[in-house]
Amino acid sequence: MGAREEARVWAGLALWTREFLRGSLPDMPHDHSDHDHPHALLPPEPALRVKALETLLTRKGLVDPAALDAIIDTYENKIGPRNGAHVVARAWTDPAFRAALIADATPLVADLGYYGRQGEHLVVVENTPEVHNMVVCTLCSCYPWPLLGIPPGWYKSDAYRARAVRAPRAVLADFGVTLNEGTAVRVWDSTAEVRYLVLPLRPEGTDGWSEEALMDLVTRDSMIGTGVVTVPE
Amino acid sequence: MTDAPEPVFTEPWHAQIFALTVYLNEAGHVTWTDWAARFGATLKRHGLERELDGGDDYFKAWLEALETFLNERAMADTAAVEDLRAAWKRAYLTTAHGDPVTLDDVVEP
Repeated sequence: MGAREEARVWAGLALWTREFLRGSLPDMPHDHSDHDHPHALLPPEPALRVKALETLLTRKGLVDPAALDAIIDTYENKIGPRNGAHVVARAWTDPAFRAALIADATPLVADLGYYGRQGEHLVVVENTPEVHNMVVCTLCSCYPWPLLGIPPGWYKSDAYRARAVRAPRAVLADFGVTLNEGTAVRVWDSTAEVRYLVLPLRPEGTDGWSEEALMDLVTRDSMIGTGVVTVPE
Repeated sequence: MTDAPEPVFTEPWHAQIFALTVYLNEAGHVTWTDWAARFGATLKRHGLERELDGGDDYFKAWLEALETFLNERAMADTAAVEDLRAAWKRAYLTTAHGDPVTLDDVVEP
């Protein structure tokens, strides 16, 4: 059950409970009729296994539940592609920053507050009219979290992980990206130690735009290399 | 592919297993390189059976990899985890709807 359906179920239950307390409903809304009383909704089996792991590790003093909540909050609410867009827009407007970024991105983005807590090295690969870069992780789903957040489902799918290397142009076509005949595609395979960020081509017609305005153009996919940056009509 | 915003985690337990692993790494109990190698191998094995879509099946592989990894490292014994899983299940089934579910009132085997 997805989070949205779950929310719907809860909303439905709340409504039902209100009606029930008013005495207007004769029966249970879901199939708990084999029980004498309604019990808490049973989470799916994997969720119970995760809770078990967390409980055991917490009891052993290896895990702090409050710290887990903080990690979830960070990745759900504080880290996302806006971080990467900030870096890209800065690189487009500041040639010295761009040169330093290509030379060694890790300390530079750390200065902006975007550092990889898994100790990985960040490499920025720059698109040019001759070369389009694209990032994949054939091992699992290594991804520049501090700059892009949690990867989308398709990045983690077997379809993308296998085809990005074998048939990158076909994958790009699926994303609606058509490159010029003469543009080569270079695919970068991430590892636990090295994560890649694509520096997309700055679109034409954006001379003199502010860093903030440029940031709004930069999409997540353009920094994975499955998209290009365009100016909306 | 659409531009519609996607939830970061589609299920709460996806977020929980993710956070647990990141925490164990940041606390120095697990190196990310070791973890990625293990997880990658599990994903590969699962992917031989059927094509993974990168959603629930991805996190199921993650969970299996973490369970075996922590068992091997004597951090989370498989039998102890199974006992707690069963205890959580009993707790959910015996807690009245709306009450917080805890292990406090569950008699452990």
